[in-house]
Amino acid sequence: MSVALDVLVAVVLLLGALFSLTAGVGLLRFPDTLARLHTGAKPQVIGLMATLLAIGLRAEAPLNIGILLLVATCQLMTAPVAAHMVGRAAYRSGRVRADLLIIDELSRDLSES
Amino acid sequence: MTVVVGVCAAMLGLAGLLAMIRLITGPSRLDRALALDVLIAVTMVGIGLEAAYHRYTATLPILLVVSIVGFVGSVSVARFAVRRNSE
Repeated sequence: MSVALDVLVAVVLLLGALFSLTAGVGLLRFPDTLARLHTGAKPQVIGLMATLLAIGLRAEAPLNIGILLLVATCQLMTAPVAAHMVGRAAYRSGRVRADLLIIDELSRDLSES
Repeated sequence: MTVVVGVCAAMLGLAGLLAMIRLITGPSRLDRALALDVLIAVTMVGIGLEAAYHRYTATLPILLVVSIVGFVGSVSVARFAVRRNSE
């Protein structure tokens, strides 16, 4: 039982670190600001969730589980806010490469109104 | 377990290094704000890795505080610093 739990914790920790590494690689390789926005918003949060799950599997005390749930909730609430604000500022300051976009509904709606 | 934690720490170090490269070379301030966001999250994963390895839970409040205030930096950069000069 204990060995199985350790293997599970190891797999989850590796998963979290791998997602963080994916975020770093994407941050370096993606072509423009809107594409780089993905790395801060999605793989990074998933990696953090995996690490929190590993801590929760290792530390059994109910208080720690509560703190971990609070950390996960706060991260899930604040990461989209930051991504939204950065994406809005990138669009307004014209840092969007239009040739990379498949569909641009915001420009269409702005030109119609 | 020690080997796994070592491999995880190496991956996190590499991720932090890549984010640091983007932080230095990033063409605009928004890219730098994004890179700082990723760097903060990598730091959080590192603190969590240490907590899971040693079963040491005294650092969990640090994770809580960073997860609450960590987004303030990039939001304020996006809201105020970009508009002032459209660089």
